[in-house]
Amino acid sequence: MEYNFQFGVLANYLPEFFGGLGLTLFLSFAGIFGGLGLGIACAIISVRGPLFPRAVVRIYVEIMRNTPMLVQIFVIFFGLPSLGVRLSPFTSVLVAIVLNNGGYIAEIVRAGIESIHPSQIEAAESLGLTRGQTMRFVILPPALERVMTPIISQSVLLMLATSLVSAVGVEDLTGVAMIASSETFRTMEIYLVIAVIYICLNFIFRILLNAVGLIVFKRSRQRFLGRV
Amino acid sequence: MSVIQVENIRKRFGSLEVLKGVSMSVEAGEVVALIGRSGSGKSTLLRCLNGLEMIDEGAIAIAGHRMSYNAAELRALRRDVGIVFQGYNLFPHLTAGENIMLAPVQVKRLSKSEARIEAQRCLDLVGLGDRFDSYPDMLSGGQQQRVAIARSLAMQPVVMLFDEVTSALDPELTEEVLAAIEDLAAQGMTMILVTHEMRFARRVADRTIYMRDGIIHEQGPSDSLFAEPQTSELRSFLKAELGQ
Ligand SMILES: Nc1ncnc2c1ncn2[C@@H]1O[C@H](COP(=O)(O)OP(=O)(O)OP(=O)(O)O)[C@@H](O)[C@H]1O
Ligand SMILES: [Mg+2]
Repeated sequence: MEYNFQFGVLANYLPEFFGGLGLTLFLSFAGIFGGLGLGIACAIISVRGPLFPRAVVRIYVEIMRNTPMLVQIFVIFFGLPSLGVRLSPFTSVLVAIVLNNGGYIAEIVRAGIESIHPSQIEAAESLGLTRGQTMRFVILPPALERVMTPIISQSVLLMLATSLVSAVGVEDLTGVAMIASSETFRTMEIYLVIAVIYICLNFIFRILLNAVGLIVFKRSRQRFLGRV
Repeated sequence: MSVIQVENIRKRFGSLEVLKGVSMSVEAGEVVALIGRSGSGKSTLLRCLNGLEMIDEGAIAIAGHRMSYNAAELRALRRDVGIVFQGYNLFPHLTAGENIMLAPVQVKRLSKSEARIEAQRCLDLVGLGDRFDSYPDMLSGGQQQRVAIARSLAMQPVVMLFDEVTSALDPELTEEVLAAIEDLAAQGMTMILVTHEMRFARRVADRTIYMRDGIIHEQGPSDSLFAEPQTSELRSFLKAELGQ
């Protein structure tokens, strides 16, 4: 068992790797924030909405949370064309990622909303706020603040899961690695480097998303500043 | 002219009838204390008055509005009827000042700066002028309750309803909240106070209503009601309350 590590050949693929990294970052951010918006909307519908939209959201959320993301990507990319909807690989995976994350975020945010005591709603409505204003100013902010940690964990998992897009030929970080390794056979070196990059991204995303949380939530920020 | 007019209202929760035909009227500037045993329907009556509970029968007119369960009409009514609860119910993610500013900005469409001035004025009224930027969890229970009162006052209500606003507080903290309410009474605010503080009711309320099993069992000017209760039920209730 002698293996001679050679990282040198990777240098030839530097531009491709940066391209792949860019794509991974783009898909991650689009998925995280697109999914967040979609998830919040779905969470609101599933606690406050009329019966029919509520049922639709329920079904959507269950499908997203109970099927593998790879299958979701395949359905959109390979399955939809038979219904006449033809999307590029890139669009397909973008849609799949946002839909997938939306399903998970919807469940997290719904739990946050349900953790808000009904007396808060009574207080808001007693002041003459509309249901929409109550949701926007009284329920959502503390609900989201409370579930910030699970949202961040889910977002990081999503970032890692974007590697699945390589399965339909999208050249994200993993996709580029697949190409490079089939051309150079330096499989071990390439995937080791890729793994390290994902670990770094993981840290960077956690820090970044926590920072976003501190910018958005004033009370969390003041507590944080109070501790340091 | 009466600011609150309640005509023979009934309220059921499932098979349990909690209000069994209550009628009352409250004049402008009048302070009415609502007393009675636990479960007699005091909170339910108060909650019916601002539409938090829907009545099954009867009619309510308050602060110039007929009770309606149409969302927009109910909001209009609630702008003019302040309510303060036992549990304060401050919004935990907003500072004291922001708690107070929210409804004036969103409901009355005041500008931020107008609302800020109004919030500061209301905090001053309850003796918390220097706590504008404190979050609720940085305040004592008594201070939180006074912020809740200030939050209601900022909507410049015609009527204020208080539901046992001191029963979660220590005796010292109770005093500061009662003082804030007494100030309001002195300024001529129309109020209904549900309370277990019999001495406070007697001192501040013009009239006291004793509720029992979902009806008004006895009522009268506070002085005479406390001095000479007419019914044996009220006598034993007062003995138990004051005996502690
Ligand atoms: N939402 C509800 N659903 C079912 N029953 C209720 C509800 N709210 C109140 N009740 C019942 O109505 C009765 C009167 O309650 P209410 O809260 O009005 O009493 P109260 O006079 O305010 O008592 P306390 O002094 O303990 O606050 C009680 O038996 C209570 O259990
Ligand atoms: Mg009560």
